[in-house]
Amino acid sequence: MRTEIKIGGFGGQGVILSGYIIGRAAAIYDNKYSTMIQAFGPEARGSACSAQVIVDLEAIAYPYITTPQILVVMSQEAYTKFSPELVAGGILVTEEELVVPHSLRKDVIHYSIPAMRFAEDLGKKLVINIVMMGFMTAVTKLIDPEAMRKAVIASVPKGTEELNLKAFDKGYEYGLEMLKNKSN
Amino acid sequence: MKADPKGVLTGAHFLDGDHACSEGAISAGCRFVAGYPITPSTEVVERIAERFPLVGGVFIQMEDEIASSIAILGGAWGGKKVMTVTSGPGFSLMMEHIGLAAMTETPCVFVDVQRAGPSTGLPTQPAQGDMMQARWGSHGDYAIIALCPNSPQECYDLTIKAFNLAEQYRVPVLLMMDECVGHMTERVIIPPAEEIEITPRRFYDGPKEDFLLFKPDADLVPPMVKAGDGYRIHVTGLTHDEKGYPHMSPTAQAKLIPRLVNKIKLNADKIIEYKEDQVEGADVVVVSYGITSRVALPAIEQARKEGIKVGHLRLIVAWPFPEKRIQELAAKGKALVVPELNLGQIFYEVERNAYGKVPVTLVPHPGGTVHNPKEIYNAIKSIRHGG
Repeated sequence: MRTEIKIGGFGGQGVILSGYIIGRAAAIYDNKYSTMIQAFGPEARGSACSAQVIVDLEAIAYPYITTPQILVVMSQEAYTKFSPELVAGGILVTEEELVVPHSLRKDVIHYSIPAMRFAEDLGKKLVINIVMMGFMTAVTKLIDPEAMRKAVIASVPKGTEELNLKAFDKGYEYGLEMLKNKSN
Repeated sequence: MKADPKGVLTGAHFLDGDHACSEGAISAGCRFVAGYPITPSTEVVERIAERFPLVGGVFIQMEDEIASSIAILGGAWGGKKVMTVTSGPGFSLMMEHIGLAAMTETPCVFVDVQRAGPSTGLPTQPAQGDMMQARWGSHGDYAIIALCPNSPQECYDLTIKAFNLAEQYRVPVLLMMDECVGHMTERVIIPPAEEIEITPRRFYDGPKEDFLLFKPDADLVPPMVKAGDGYRIHVTGLTHDEKGYPHMSPTAQAKLIPRLVNKIKLNADKIIEYKEDQVEGADVVVVSYGITSRVALPAIEQARKEGIKVGHLRLIVAWPFPEKRIQELAAKGKALVVPELNLGQIFYEVERNAYGKVPVTLVPHPGGTVHNPKEIYNAIKSIRHGG
């Protein structure tokens, strides 16, 4: 089944790397197909930027996403701009302190995480996107967490693997915990 | 001959089409690239610049596209496999040297990551508007080969093929990518070096005194030598004799130019490559290439679900054009639908070869994005009702 994922934020937050990690996890380590397209141009340099990833069990024909089933946003502007695109019943993942979900759609499932705070606790704000990826992996169950971990290790700068794995696991565990509480 | 393992990154990668093209060039043995970076092709030369020092290659960022496209011709005569990389505006500037490469039978690869034009157009968005320019952009009569990848994997595979064809036929080979394929990231499998077939340069090995620089073999392609190896070399864009010396006569022109065209035309069956899906039983056949061949798939599927017999013919080699195959399809009464990211280019080739026997429908698009598959679906549906 074709799943369309959009990651939104502002330039410099690691939006493109997040899309790359999801795609790489699916295509290289999780025996799926994936296609990533990044917003390219002035919008990718500071204001709302996005990465689009398609994950499927079959080869992917049409390369762009039209109605994402999963939206991950790390900035207010990205929330405002992209949340109307989310399909009804889709999953919305937001950064708790950077995004105030004004007029939150009632037809989507919303999860949020204070990823920036967790990243700061880990000593590096830069890993906010990896915390988000761990969280997304837990709440969407789209991609095998081990595949995601491998993709994180393979995609981050040498010497930062351990920090990034910690960031991933922090987000992942927070997500599992949240699911458990929701089901209780 | 097999690829030099030194340059081959065997394994599964997650690469965009531009980077896959760079790796294809390195696997193919390319060791000289000159370019003037331009969106959306910049990533190709970025990766080349990073990787070449590790494999003994030389990359030069030239002052412009005119310089880039002639530098590679010099590199080829110096014995290297060579490539330049550009997009529409740069491609326009390179036309003179595509002609010079054809005239001097210099093996080389030109990569055009197409963006919407004309002029500077939409630098960051796709089109397929350079397809006729690829075939006819330089003045005079000549022939080239053009390939159309539709995925990062094919950007890798077809770049290798481009180098092999350039060596086999001694022509410029054009890799006609587009922004969508260039900036799309997918799994790319790079095979072990011993599984990658490489066409080596055909070097002359006869006695020096008998050597004629442009004396063709039976397949109309002359063997080559390297400048500096002690052979008499004279390379010119002027009409020349087999020695390579200018020969300003209709006789020399009549001997040389038809051969330049015929070495591709008469070998077309060996060069042409396309993929077909359910064409035999079809009433309508969609003819597509590059990114549009993927965008057409949901449209074809939708039409099939509704009981319409639709086939798909995807061009992998656009030039030389598969004239015979289109003529066969038209003779069998199959209506043809041609979606492309321009306002009609390959469509005219299809229409010409259909000889008015069947309806041929263009699904045009000015570029900037890809088609909505619905537009292609509507064309399939209306041609069926109309025919």
